[in-house]
Amino acid sequence: VTRRAITGWFLVHKWSSLVCTAFLLMLCVTGLPLIFHDEIDALVAPAQPLAEVPAGTRPLSLDQLVARALDGHPGEVPLYLSFDTDRPVVNVTTGPAPDAAEEAMRFHSLDARTGAVLLPREVGFTDFLLRIHTDMMLGLPAELFLGAMGLFFITAIVSGVVLYLPFMARLRFGTVRRDRSALVKRLDRHNLFGVVTGMWALVVALTGSINAAVIPITEVWKADQLAAIAGASAGPVAAARPGGVQPALDRTLAAAPGMRPQFIAFPGTAWSSDRHLAVFLQGATPLTAKLLTPAFVDARTGRLDAVRPMPWYMGALLLAQPLHFGDYAGLPMKLLWAVLDILTIVVLVTGLRLWLRRAALPTRARVGELLRAGEPADAPAAA
Amino acid sequence: VARRPDRRSGPRILLAPALLAAATAVGLGAGLLGDGAVDLLAWGALGLPVAAALAFGARR
Repeated sequence: VTRRAITGWFLVHKWSSLVCTAFLLMLCVTGLPLIFHDEIDALVAPAQPLAEVPAGTRPLSLDQLVARALDGHPGEVPLYLSFDTDRPVVNVTTGPAPDAAEEAMRFHSLDARTGAVLLPREVGFTDFLLRIHTDMMLGLPAELFLGAMGLFFITAIVSGVVLYLPFMARLRFGTVRRDRSALVKRLDRHNLFGVVTGMWALVVALTGSINAAVIPITEVWKADQLAAIAGASAGPVAAARPGGVQPALDRTLAAAPGMRPQFIAFPGTAWSSDRHLAVFLQGATPLTAKLLTPAFVDARTGRLDAVRPMPWYMGALLLAQPLHFGDYAGLPMKLLWAVLDILTIVVLVTGLRLWLRRAALPTRARVGELLRAGEPADAPAAA
Repeated sequence: VARRPDRRSGPRILLAPALLAAATAVGLGAGLLGDGAVDLLAWGALGLPVAAALAFGARR
């Protein structure tokens, strides 16, 4: 490899890292507790116990549950309805209008067998962290900005692996020269942790950037897929027919045996057309449980118009969520995720300190150290 | 100055990092595809890069 090429990769690594390091540190620090959000939530706000009911009690219909959620909130409409996986609880999100902002939405959890409204869950520590992590509480532009930081981070990882080659030409894998200066030790540790965590960091950065684009990706899906369903976007937003939610679910499940509903989007919301109740179905295997299949039921006539598997980009979005948070294979996976997150923090901090300490050094000297296979220009070799 | 070892080839330098990257990919994918025994595979595979980092780099 020529000096010219190494100089180019060195500059790419330096600048792509400098652009994103501060934001990456914020993401790693807020992301660390978020890995354990289930455990933290269960500790801080244990799930409210459900009332005992006689065995075989039939759940109320979804329409009854929606009516309970709307009770006392005149003028509100249902937006989403979701099902807890581990207990008979249905969650209904309501708002002043189908296109209501998230802040204006109201979240109600109901016991599906008694219709009792459970106490509202407080906005807790992990919700706050997630909002910082997602968009620093600055909305969509900041969310897309953090997604772009993920792309800079990917550039830094790739260029870092390229620079690893000349640097390690005379060093065995795993070498940390502890008998030399603090600077050499820091440099070696940066290289070791960087290259070892590289693949994981690449996946988390890429899936993070995909997650950051959830709003535009969903809009593309609406424009692309929903438009293909006849008349999906014609006319004003249809109100769901009274008593029509439960039949819509029943009709969908009859047409999709072996699947279970994860959530229902009402007409006019971000996840449905202006005319349909969209029922999002999960498969029974671990993979198909994550790849949702939406079924569209006409909100006025109750006719099942279409069951459409998600296109590839929505599949990528749905798989990017578990792959980013590491919460998909038990506690041991989360613990490994946490160690990898901490190692990434070490890579960021050592990288920043190496730059701070030697920012005054000309690029030529830094590239020379790579060409000399890891001998720093300003730290004489041991005698 | 102590004599330095000979230069190693690119593939030789990248062998260990590439194996750890492959283990990472297997671990991440396996966790996604299944439960139970497949989870064990995921933990073992993703544990390799973590073990390598700690074994070589954790000592002060």
